Amino acid sequence: MYLSKKLHTALLAAAMSLAASTVMAADLRVGLSAEPSAIDPHYHNLGPNNAMAQNIFSRLIEQDEKQRLMPGLATSWKTIDDLTWEFTLRQGVTFHDGSPFTADDVVFTMERAVNVPNSPASFVTYIKGKTTIKIDDFTIQFKTERPYPLLPQDISTVPIISKKVATGATTADFNSGKAAIGTGPFKFVKWVPGDTLELVKNPTYWGDKAEWDRVIIKPIKSGPGRVAALLAGDVDFIDNVPPTDIVRLKKESKLQLSQGISNRVIYLHLDQLREDSPFVTANDGSKIKNPLLDVRVRRAISKAINRELIVERVMEGVAVPAGQLLPEGFFGVSPAMKPEPYDPAGAKKLLAEAGYPDGFKLTIHGPNDRYINDAKITEAIAQMLSATGIKTTPVTMPKSVYFKRASSGGPDKTPEFSFLLVGWGSGTGEASSPLKSLLHTYDKSKGMGAANRGRHSDATVDALVEEALATVDDKKRSDLLIKATELAVGERLGIIPLHYQVNTWAARKGIVYKARTDERTVLNLVTSSK
Amino acid sequence: MSVFIIRRLMQAVFVVWIMSLLVFVGVNIVGNPVDMLISPEADQAEIERVIKELGLDRPVHEQYWYFLVNALKGDLGNSFVFNQPALKLIIQRIPATFELAVVALLMAIIVGIPLGVYAGLKPDGKISKTIMATSILGFSLPTFWVGLMMIMVFAVILGWLPSFGRGETAPLFGIEFSFLTWDGLRHLLLPALNLSLFKMSLVIRLARAGTREVVHQDYIKFARAKGLSQNRIIFVHLMKNIMIPVVTVLGLEFGGLIAFSVVTEFVFSWPGMGKLIIEALQNLDRPVVVAYLMIIVVIFVVINLVVDVLYSVLDPRVRIQDLKG
Repeated sequence: MYLSKKLHTALLAAAMSLAASTVMAADLRVGLSAEPSAIDPHYHNLGPNNAMAQNIFSRLIEQDEKQRLMPGLATSWKTIDDLTWEFTLRQGVTFHDGSPFTADDVVFTMERAVNVPNSPASFVTYIKGKTTIKIDDFTIQFKTERPYPLLPQDISTVPIISKKVATGATTADFNSGKAAIGTGPFKFVKWVPGDTLELVKNPTYWGDKAEWDRVIIKPIKSGPGRVAALLAGDVDFIDNVPPTDIVRLKKESKLQLSQGISNRVIYLHLDQLREDSPFVTANDGSKIKNPLLDVRVRRAISKAINRELIVERVMEGVAVPAGQLLPEGFFGVSPAMKPEPYDPAGAKKLLAEAGYPDGFKLTIHGPNDRYINDAKITEAIAQMLSATGIKTTPVTMPKSVYFKRASSGGPDKTPEFSFLLVGWGSGTGEASSPLKSLLHTYDKSKGMGAANRGRHSDATVDALVEEALATVDDKKRSDLLIKATELAVGERLGIIPLHYQVNTWAARKGIVYKARTDERTVLNLVTSSK
Repeated sequence: MSVFIIRRLMQAVFVVWIMSLLVFVGVNIVGNPVDMLISPEADQAEIERVIKELGLDRPVHEQYWYFLVNALKGDLGNSFVFNQPALKLIIQRIPATFELAVVALLMAIIVGIPLGVYAGLKPDGKISKTIMATSILGFSLPTFWVGLMMIMVFAVILGWLPSFGRGETAPLFGIEFSFLTWDGLRHLLLPALNLSLFKMSLVIRLARAGTREVVHQDYIKFARAKGLSQNRIIFVHLMKNIMIPVVTVLGLEFGGLIAFSVVTEFVFSWPGMGKLIIEALQNLDRPVVVAYLMIIVVIFVVINLVVDVLYSVLDPRVRIQDLKG
C-alpha cells in the first residue's frame, strides 16, 4: 500500500514534470518593426538598440515597465553628500562567460561608453559630468560637478559590459558575438543583419529568469507583413501593431493583444522666435506680425482642436488626450492639468480679442512616417483650425526631409517652420526631460532647449527647470517640475499637447506582454499566461 | 580595334565619374543624417560632435573629393548607421537578391513560354483568351498589392507557405543560398513568384507573338507536309525560332528585375540589397545609398561596354563609323 502510494506520487511527479518541460522548453519567434544597428550596446544610443541591449545586458539600475527605477546590478544607492552617490553592487552575479561581475566592470563601462569610435549617438548625454570611483569590489561612487538629482535615471540607461572580454573590443567584435557578453536574461547567439537575431536563455540570470529557452527575432519592417506573419503562425509575437488592424485582430480568437500608454506625447510647436514668421500671412497673403507670439492666439489654437475627436476617429481610439508633457503616474506630472476642452466659440473670442477676428493664414508641417498616423493628425488639425477661422494648410513629408527643416532649415540654422507637429518620449521617465529639451530657452552653452523648435523662451520657466535639475530632494524637485509645467504649458502654451501614444503588441493566444511606457520590447517580459 | 576599345573605355570612365558627381551631390542635398541618427535627448554639443565625426561639417565639394580619392582605392566609405564599409554591406546582400531574381526569371520562362506558345497556336480558344486576359493583370496590378494578397491567401488563409523572410541556407562555392534546402525553397516561392509576375506576362506576350509569326513560315508548312509530328514541329522548329527575341529581351530585363526586387523584398522582408537600400534611404545613410547607386552604374556601364565591343567585333561598320566620328 505504502509502496504503491509512493509509486503513484512518483508517476504523478514524472507526468507533471514532463508536462512542465513541454511548456518550458519553448522557442519564441518574434517579429519586430525595427532592427538594432549593432549589438554593441554603447554604439548607438537610440530606441531599437537600447531595447535589444536590454535583453543581453543589465544596468546598475533597471527601469520597470512604467520606467520606475528598481535595483539592477546595484542593490541600493544613496547620496553621501550633494555631489557624491554611493552604489552597492550585487554580489554573486556572473557574466555569460562565467566570469564574476565586480566594480571594475562598472568603471570600465563608464569609460568605454563615451568613447566608441564613429558612434552616431553616444551615451555622453547621460555620462558627462560624472566621475566613477571604485571603493571596493562591490562599492562604487559617482561624483558630479554640481548637485545632480537625475544621476540614478542617467545611470539606468547605461548597459554594463565585461572588462575582461570587452577591453579593446570594437563594435564589430560585439556584432560577431565575441564581446557580446553581458549579465542579462539572454545570451547572444548570432546576428545576420536584416535576417535573424538569435538569443538563448541565460540560466544563471540574477533576476527573474526568462521563460523562453531560445528566442528568434526577425525584422519585419512592413506593418501588414508583421500582422500577416502573426496570423500565419510564422511568428508568435509582434510589436507595433498598425492601428488599422487593431479592431480586426481583437476579434481573432487565436490572438491576444497587449496595450499600454507610452511616455510619448504628440504635440505642436509654435514659432515664438520671429516677428516675421515664414508660414504665417494675413488672409490676403500679405505679411503680418507673427500672431503666434500672442499667448491668446496660442490658446485659441489649443481650444480649436478637438482632441477627443482626433483620438476617436484618427487614432481609432488608441491614444489618450493630453494636457501636459507626460501621462498621469510619472514623476513631476501636475495633478491639476487636464486636456484643453474643445471650445470653438471660446477660440473665436480669443482670436477677436487678439485682433484677428477674421483669422489669418497658416501652414502646419508634419512628418508622414514617424509617429502613429502623423500625417492624418496634421490634416485633421488643419481642418479644425480652418473651421475656427485660421485658414490652415497641411504639409507633410518623410521624416528624412522633415526633421532637418524642422530643426535647422531656416536662416542661421534656425527652425524653418512656423507651426509643426512632433512627438517626445521621455527617456528618463520624468518631466525634466521634455521641459529641458522642448521648453527651456535654446541655449547652446548650457546644453538646454536642443529640441525647442518653436524657440519658446521664458526666464521664469528656465529658472524653475534649472533649479529642479539641481535639487536632489525628490519632493521639492517634483514641485518645481510641476510648477514649471503649469507655467510653460498651462499658462504660456509654449507647446500645445495633443495626445499620448498608446502602443500595441500582439501575440498568439497564451502569450502576454507587460506593455512598457518606453515602447521597448523586452523579451523576458513576454510570458505565457497560465 | 584597340583604339576603339580604348576610346570606349575612356567614355565609360567619364560616365562613371559624372554619375558619381550627380549621385553624391543629389544625396547630399536631402535632409541631415544626424537628425535621423541622434538620440532625441542629445544636447547641442553632442549633435555637433556627431556632425563633425561624420565629416558633415565640411563643404560638399571637400566631402566629394575625399569620397573620390577613397573610391579610387576601392573604399566607398563607411555606413553612418552600421559603421561598416558600405561596399561590404551591399556585397553581403547580393546573393539573396540575385537568387530571388534568377528564380523569378526561371519561373517567368518556365511558365510563360508554354502558355504563350499555346495561346499563339490556338489564338481563338477560350483558354488562350483567358491566358491573355490574365497576362494583362500581371502587367497592371501593383507588385506591392499582389505580394500582400499572396501572403493573405497562401500563408494566412491556406497556411501552405511561410509569410516572410528567407529560409534555411546552405553553402555553395562558399556563398549561402536558400534554394538548396527544402525550407529555403518554401520561403523562396512566394517572393519569387511575386517578382516574376510582370516578366511572366511579358514572356507570354513575346512567345505568343513569336508563335503567331512563325507558324505561318514556309519551313513550318514544309515540316508539316513532310509529315513530322506536331510535337516535333513545336518543340524543335517553332521553339528554336521564337526563343531569340525572348532571350534578348529577358537578358536586358534582368537588371530591371534586380531593381524591382526593392518592392518585393520590402513586402516579404527578404534580406537582400533592395531592403538595405530602402532602409538606407529612410535613415539617410548616405554612404550606403551612394555605394549602391555606384555599383548599379558600374554594372550597367560594363554591360553596355561589353555589348559595344561585341557589336564592333561582329559588325565592322560600327568600328569604322566610330573612328570617323
